[in-house]
Amino acid sequence: MFETFQEMFSYAFLTRAVIVGVLVSLCSSLLGVVLVLKRYSMIGDGLSHVGFGSLAVAAALNIAPLTVSVPVVVFAAFLLLRVSENSKIKGDAFVALISTSAMAAGVLVISITTGMNTDVCNYMFGSILAMTKADVYLSVTLSICVLVLFVLFYNKIFAVTFDETFAKASGVKTGALNALIAALTAITVVLGMRMMGALLISSLIIFPSLTSMRVFKSFKSVVISSALISAICFFIGVTGSFLYSTPTGASIVAVNAAVFCIFASISVIKRRFAL
Amino acid sequence: MSTPLIKCKNVSFEYDGNVVLENINFEICEGDYLCIAGSNGSGKSTLIKGLLKLKKPFKGEIAFSDGLSLRDISYLAQKTDAQKDFPASVWEAVSCGALNKKGFNFFFSKTDKQNIENALKRLDVFDLKSKCFRELSGGQQQRVLIARAICSLKKLLILDELSSGLDPNALNNSYSLLKKLNKENGITIVAVSHDVKNCAKAADKILHLANKQLFFGNAQEYLKSDIGKSWTENANV
Repeated sequence: MFETFQEMFSYAFLTRAVIVGVLVSLCSSLLGVVLVLKRYSMIGDGLSHVGFGSLAVAAALNIAPLTVSVPVVVFAAFLLLRVSENSKIKGDAFVALISTSAMAAGVLVISITTGMNTDVCNYMFGSILAMTKADVYLSVTLSICVLVLFVLFYNKIFAVTFDETFAKASGVKTGALNALIAALTAITVVLGMRMMGALLISSLIIFPSLTSMRVFKSFKSVVISSALISAICFFIGVTGSFLYSTPTGASIVAVNAAVFCIFASISVIKRRFAL
Repeated sequence: MSTPLIKCKNVSFEYDGNVVLENINFEICEGDYLCIAGSNGSGKSTLIKGLLKLKKPFKGEIAFSDGLSLRDISYLAQKTDAQKDFPASVWEAVSCGALNKKGFNFFFSKTDKQNIENALKRLDVFDLKSKCFRELSGGQQQRVLIARAICSLKKLLILDELSSGLDPNALNNSYSLLKKLNKENGITIVAVSHDVKNCAKAADKILHLANKQLFFGNAQEYLKSDIGKSWTENANV
């Protein structure tokens, strides 16, 4: 076991991937709790498609991918939150509209320029080889920002999630806070996308919090346990993908799904025997 | 009487072009115990949203006195759909009430925590503090929400349907708690209710709504007036 880890970390790209991956899993699990409870689960999925589109455009123009996709996806996140609050088109439908349009734009740009090559495949399904050193620095900085902001605004984030009307009436600036949550989500999605792939990144947001909610019953315990579950699942997934040469993103999701099943059965057993 | 905290002048509200409240004129003075009565859909909750500045009137004006800010108002909100499957402990639910006291502090201070505990004890839900909010009975949940409002208490307490889910005993306790807060601590109280009979008994002033203003004035006068009689007798049936 120890030798496996030693061998894993002897590869510089794997060490980088694990550092960024653990940080991104932490961020996505924390934000995931809020998004799932606010009924915004699909926003992560929608944003990842927007991210794919912007990565495709960045690749075509030969610009560093993160510098293009971070602002574009942050903007899309504001738009989605705004619209799902006060529009005639219902939130989920609008997410689908935006995400498929962005995806289509990305596919069109790709087919005109580079064609369907490995790079594109990596955006879709993720690859841990994609991380450059600059990416790592940016990812580490941004995810630390996300974590710090989440901890600082924890009480207010809880209030806005639990009862937005009450929070607003108490003088909490709910609009600004929602915008903050949207921006943090967007950044996390873009960072995680390179590794997990556009099609799988939303699982990092949804799985850990839903898993924790099977068993834990206070907001704080759900938040802490999803952070732990997310980081552990990521680590097991990466190790598995290293040992058996499976795709990283898919392995992580598989581990998450397995843990979800375990927690779901624990909650059933608990209820059955009234523990 | 003392100075008005909130003055409503010719206030009207609409939703997507449908007027739900028209030409409402009243004032809330310091130390008042005002009951806003009316049946379902009469615009009570809309008016509350207006008072809390959650919704803008399309006509007229809701003016706060100089000393009053949004942070001085505590609010008993109705339960939301999201709370039905929300993992939150009772303590956490009540802790939201401590947020209006904070300037730019990120974490709860010792006084905040003390406040939260006192509110829990006052509503007799201290023993439930680590229980899960969604697993409580409707009445217990309502008591927790009242505790949250009490926790944020400063000058003015606005209650949207105090009675929902409470058994007669808990309801009586809550009414006497309100009375005590009003008389002893000088808290101004605005209670919205379709339980006109009980509410009118407890309050000093009544505002009766049916998409327009039917009555505003003294509680005794209200009970003697035609509209007051018909409503309190209706409630008897």
